[in-house]
Amino acid sequence: MRFAVVQFGGSNCDRDTWHILQEVLGVDTDLVWYKEGFPRACDAVVLPGGFSYGDYLRAGAIAARTPVMQDIHRHVREGKLVLGICNGAQMSAEAGLVEGTFAVNAYPKFLCRPVYLRVETATSPFTSRFREGEVIRLPIAHKEGRFITPPETMAALNREHRVAFRFCDGSGKVSEATNHNGSLESVTGVLGQNRNVLALMPHPERASEEVLGSGDGRRIFESMIRHVEVEG
Amino acid sequence: MKYTVRITISLKGGMLDPEARAIRHALENLGFATEALSTARVFLITIEAAGKGEAEQRAAEMCERLLANPVIHRYEIEVLK
Repeated sequence: MRFAVVQFGGSNCDRDTWHILQEVLGVDTDLVWYKEGFPRACDAVVLPGGFSYGDYLRAGAIAARTPVMQDIHRHVREGKLVLGICNGAQMSAEAGLVEGTFAVNAYPKFLCRPVYLRVETATSPFTSRFREGEVIRLPIAHKEGRFITPPETMAALNREHRVAFRFCDGSGKVSEATNHNGSLESVTGVLGQNRNVLALMPHPERASEEVLGSGDGRRIFESMIRHVEVEG
Repeated sequence: MKYTVRITISLKGGMLDPEARAIRHALENLGFATEALSTARVFLITIEAAGKGEAEQRAAEMCERLLANPVIHRYEIEVLK
């Protein structure tokens, strides 16, 4: 089993993600500079958080159109996993790996805080280690994280159970009071059409060790590992 | 021939524009009452093309493939010369 974390100019959560995968979870993980491409085949790719290309044009827009993304599109077509975290989620949306887009927060401010999330589906390679309806805690750190999509797409996402996480309160109640960035239906984690891509605004790599305040994020990576073990 | 195109990217009608809202509020604090305010982004791009039509078409492709996000944006293209 091998994972890869792709580094773009301006990525800044790449090494944190690598640390969790390689040093905490013991997965063989390559750090891949986007211009060099993938040195070896891998089962899962993580697009990390940060500010690729200084967020020029739109967050993730330019990284989403670099040549390495062709390899990532192929990887997705082969049914392998892609996890886009924060800036990586923005790239995933810009690249069309998931539907919708992440626009400037409703109150246009950088938000950096721990939040509660409700697990909306446990039936995915990224969430199998959770229970549906479970409330978890992960930090957010973004200014462009307001998920929006046309109503017909939102209806399809709900119908196909492709919303993975919504903002909620500590008891799991979803309301506008806990909709930190004004996302449509409080959505902050969404699955691609074949459920093998997860675009996630919160940062699981910052909550994968109890010493950092929450170990909930770790279960996202553990779900991915389990999926690769089972699916080969 | 060289053509300069002006591409204006703006939010589709009904889209929330938090930046415009903040600017409008700041203007209000300065005593300027406004009825409406929206923001847009302008690109001036010079390209080589066989004619005005081709220049316009190339600019449209640029919008579709990079400059605009079809989920939230609309764009206008004007060939300046």
